[in-house]
Amino acid sequence: MLTLTHYLTLGAILMCLSVAGIFLNRKNIIILLMSIELMLLAANMNLVAFSRFIGNPDGQIFVFFILTVAAAEAAIGLAILVALYRNRQSINVADLDDLKG
Amino acid sequence: MLSEYWPVIIFLAISVGLGTALLVIGGLLGPSKPSVEKSSPYECGFEPFADARMKFDVRFYLVAILFIVFDLEIAFFIPWAVVMEDVGLTAFAAVVIFTLELAIGLAYLWKKGALEWE
Amino acid sequence: MNWQDLQVAAPEIIVLLMACGLLILDLFVSEQRRGLIHLVSLLILALAAIITLRGIPAIDAVTPVMAFGDTYVRDSMGDLLKVFAYLLMAMMLIYSRHYLRQFDMYRSEYYALALFALLGAMVLISAASMITIYLGLELMSLSLYAMVALKRDDKVATEAAMKYFILGSMASGMLLYGMSMIYGATGSLQIHEISQAIANQGSDNMILLLGLVFTVVALAFKFGLVPFHMWVPDVYQGAPAPVTLFISSVPKLAAFAMTIRLLQDSLGGLHGDWQGMLLMVGVLSIALGNLAALAQSNIKRMLAYSTIAHMGFVMLGLLSGTPEGYGASMFYVITYALMSAGAFGVVIFMSSKGIEADNLDDYKGLNQRNPWFAAMFALLLLSLAGVPVLVGFFAKWLVLQAVVNVGMTWLALVAVIFSVIGAFYYLRVIKLMYFDKADIETPISAPSDFRAVLTGNALLVLVLGIFSGPLIAACMAAF
Repeated sequence: MLTLTHYLTLGAILMCLSVAGIFLNRKNIIILLMSIELMLLAANMNLVAFSRFIGNPDGQIFVFFILTVAAAEAAIGLAILVALYRNRQSINVADLDDLKG
Repeated sequence: MLSEYWPVIIFLAISVGLGTALLVIGGLLGPSKPSVEKSSPYECGFEPFADARMKFDVRFYLVAILFIVFDLEIAFFIPWAVVMEDVGLTAFAAVVIFTLELAIGLAYLWKKGALEWE
Repeated sequence: MNWQDLQVAAPEIIVLLMACGLLILDLFVSEQRRGLIHLVSLLILALAAIITLRGIPAIDAVTPVMAFGDTYVRDSMGDLLKVFAYLLMAMMLIYSRHYLRQFDMYRSEYYALALFALLGAMVLISAASMITIYLGLELMSLSLYAMVALKRDDKVATEAAMKYFILGSMASGMLLYGMSMIYGATGSLQIHEISQAIANQGSDNMILLLGLVFTVVALAFKFGLVPFHMWVPDVYQGAPAPVTLFISSVPKLAAFAMTIRLLQDSLGGLHGDWQGMLLMVGVLSIALGNLAALAQSNIKRMLAYSTIAHMGFVMLGLLSGTPEGYGASMFYVITYALMSAGAFGVVIFMSSKGIEADNLDDYKGLNQRNPWFAAMFALLLLSLAGVPVLVGFFAKWLVLQAVVNVGMTWLALVAVIFSVIGAFYYLRVIKLMYFDKADIETPISAPSDFRAVLTGNALLVLVLGIFSGPLIAACMAAF
């Protein structure tokens, strides 16, 4: 039988994966974008699980909005990525080092 | 409780193990004599004339970006359509306003030329 | 939804309609008549200000009005912050026209994005549910990312946009994760119901505390507080100067409102827990912000570290947890936004012909090149440093008073010591302007509307300092 704890654990694992993806990845900015999406999905997983468990639909409605905003976010992220690539012919995270104090 | 998952775990272990074993045995036992002809990509008998790893046209990205934004509108339409008869005129007005906002966005990028391929 | 709901959200509705109208208008306006877009944008702000102000007969007699099924609220805190947001944005638009022309960025996207960012800030300020908070925050943030990247062919600007985007989205993800935990623990997304649930069931709940930690981390990211400040200097330096001005003003007001809504209005019952977290980030920000600013040779970077230090002060007022402290923080954040807008206004003023004047050396001998503006800049810098009579002093004073009143005298002392250290880098710029010889001695000038607004901006800092009473009273009355 699947309990709330299972879903929360899954959410926590997704969250850990995405944070690890953001901090460990030094190669490709697209992986960063994927990690950010994963982080939103972790939150969605929690919201849906809690919503079902508490019996209150608000959490699932919130998920709709998060999904839509995530799409807009991905669009802006990709647009910035294309501009960045045009300017420096690289999407390597380590190459983002022009700004230093 | 975990015991319910034993078949799945065994299945995963066998599939991963078998896959790895086949690759390793093939790599160790098979003869390896590469030549130019052998390692060049096969293009219907022609000599290969360009690198297959060419850059993806950036215009596809533009279309993809526009698509992401517009495809999720359906996530709001379907729940509304399912309960349309119960939620009444207010919800209808809200959906109309939502659609109009999307239409303004579409009109803007159309007129700006974002949908032109060339 | 009924007529009253629409009235509560009238300023937002007007801004949305007019911003959409502006997008359409832009399609039919030729390049030469871009000035029209500029004027219409200012008109939208004026209209929104009138609608917002009309709703307040007397600023201290307003009781919060809820709307849209308790997801939206209109109260005097929100109205005051919104009015200042319009003012700051109008100043930003007037400052930026000069810059946009010279940097070949005079396009209507700039105005549309700025208006949508303002709309996001307004929704965030008035949000009374986790969903509206998130939607407002994202509308504001996404518009800002795009604004930073507007200089499409600039290596540094696109890099700054990418960093801002990644760290900002990560903060939003953290916020959502925290919100989901809070939702799970209390069973509601409405801030008043959350606060009710915490009052009923007590704060001893692991999931709730975890949610609080994630929420505070996200807030610290959005404010740019140490140790989540990495993006601030890079974004301030890389973004076009008018966009930096915008990022350092309007979103700070919105972030303040978001903190009040999340930490006070919904998680007020956990004050004992978040006080310690805010204390840590606040002290670290004041210390590191002031120390790191000393070592900068780029003025935008220097002002970025100064922002970090100032936001640390805002945290001090918030962590006191008293209405007096909240009022002090609100006064601080409003006056900081005004001072910072003026300071970046000078940076815009100095930039010309495609070259951003962001090195400290560019300010050498400004007094010979344009004595009036050197004096205005000096006034703004002194106010940022917290010199008495100017408004920056009263802001610091109120916050410190609130902290002392809850028995944290040591904290006030630490803050004062680091502010004194911090005063040095502001004074260094003044020294460069008055006592060093300019490398280029050509006088510089700007259009008359620019000069008038910058002068007004700097004098406002002086006037608000001398007659600080009404604004302080308004801020205090909001809590």
